[in-house]
Amino acid sequence: MVKVFIYPSNSLILSDLIDRFGHEPLAVMREVGKKIRTAGLDSPPINITPEDPKIGLKYAAVEVPSGVRGRMALLGPLLEEAEAAVIVMEPDIAFGCMGCARTNELVNFLVRTKDIPILELDYPRTEEDAKAFVHMIHDFTDGLGKGDK
Amino acid sequence: MAKESLVRIAQLSCGSEYSGIQKEIDTAASMVNAEIIFPEISIDEVRSVEDNFGFKVASPDLKLMMARAKAIVEGRTMADAVLIASCFRCAEGALVRNEIRRYIYANSKIPVISYSFTERTTSSTLLTRLEALTTTARRRSLLAREHQEGLTAGVDSGSTTTKAVIMKDDEIIGTGWVSTIKVVESANEALEKALAEAGITRDDVQAIGVTGYGRFLLSEEFNADLVQEEITVNSKGAVYLANSQHGSSTVIDIGGMDNKAIAVQDGIPGMFTMGGICAGASGRFLEMTSKRLGVDITELGDLAVKGMQQNVEMNSYCIVFGIQSLVNSLAKGSAQEDVAAAACYSVVEQVFEQQLQEIDVKEPLIMVGGSSLIEGVPKAMEELLKIKVTVPPHSQYIGAVGAALLVSGFIDK
Repeated sequence: MVKVFIYPSNSLILSDLIDRFGHEPLAVMREVGKKIRTAGLDSPPINITPEDPKIGLKYAAVEVPSGVRGRMALLGPLLEEAEAAVIVMEPDIAFGCMGCARTNELVNFLVRTKDIPILELDYPRTEEDAKAFVHMIHDFTDGLGKGDK
Repeated sequence: MAKESLVRIAQLSCGSEYSGIQKEIDTAASMVNAEIIFPEISIDEVRSVEDNFGFKVASPDLKLMMARAKAIVEGRTMADAVLIASCFRCAEGALVRNEIRRYIYANSKIPVISYSFTERTTSSTLLTRLEALTTTARRRSLLAREHQEGLTAGVDSGSTTTKAVIMKDDEIIGTGWVSTIKVVESANEALEKALAEAGITRDDVQAIGVTGYGRFLLSEEFNADLVQEEITVNSKGAVYLANSQHGSSTVIDIGGMDNKAIAVQDGIPGMFTMGGICAGASGRFLEMTSKRLGVDITELGDLAVKGMQQNVEMNSYCIVFGIQSLVNSLAKGSAQEDVAAAACYSVVEQVFEQQLQEIDVKEPLIMVGGSSLIEGVPKAMEELLKIKVTVPPHSQYIGAVGAALLVSGFIDK
């Protein structure tokens, strides 16, 4: 099983596809889940506290807006774990989105700096394209083998 | 704070939950008995909003903000007030925030404020802003008051000075002005001065209104009938004293600790900004300048109007660097008058750069607060904006006058 970073990072469809094809999706839902289940944290809606943008300083400097750094506090650890990545270019909002274009740009850059296999796909706009989209993800994940673990 | 009707504040924002400050916004809202709501819209509205609104942006959350703004203006969401917020230092967010604010202001009567936050934003920072917003939303009838009636007192507990006025039937009959040392003691001293000047006692006062940083403490001390933040009372006091209660106006108050720029329509604050990131743009800098020049703060203005600000380079967001420029220029032999003029211009320039970009400046421009009496300050503002600046009589008592005016609506008939 290989740890596959997905972009958009909260895409349920991408996450599900990676899971079905036998690998571990690295999705932001996992990190948010950890936050929400942490006892003692009370910072609704997703239990991000003012400490998180400070954690994000590891990935973006202090002059970067706090919203970007707060998002990076969630996404950064996933990027560090990633052994492969699937990136969908210009997806529809309903497919998944982190809301902030600057975060997206930074995440896309950082994932490309890693020496890992990356599949870049255009978001499918027709049914035929959607089928091809799923096939390509299947073939990519198939080629990843079983990973180190 | 007395319980009043619940105000529904629609929040249009990008990044507040990821900055970890959503709880601060919710807390500040609950302190003024307001509820934060997020307008419900369909995903198709988000997809099409760039074409409908006419602003193409890259960040989906900003599209969401625009779609929600449309839902409010078109009446599909019932909101009493709007808070627009995005991350500090995000250029795309700032552009959208400004355009949405203008759009709501131009197309509805719903009061709106905007704010750029960092992870350090706290509920106490937001409180005054939300208090002003909810007051505008729920107290339009109070804000419609144009005349002071009966015998009332207003006390403004500012960061540097405490002011008090006594008003009787539309006239100021007593004033008191002291440095703020201990909030309650200073307020009592200022009030006693005003009462003595008016020739009355506390028992004669029919209603008392308090404002400023120390307003909550003073509310208990004086058993005040009105406890109100500065945005509302300063707007009201400014248009009242400048005899400009109808139509548009702009009120600027350069205070000891923070500055306020308020767009006012018919005496009711619309868009406003409160600055205060650095003391280099505050009355405190002028106070330090006068000390360094060896003149009383009341003489600084006279000195400044005789000088040429162009002769001295001074523009710093930081009070420390500002004083450094001042010392350097004096060491180079600059004239005191030029240094005084440059200090006034520097403060005004920073208010212009930091705050006046965020509101629509409309004439008359009314300058209030103690700094408006330093003639170099309104003069520098006139030079910068190329419009006439009005400094009404008693402008230094603006908060106290606004409080005394508004509280006359609470006198038991």
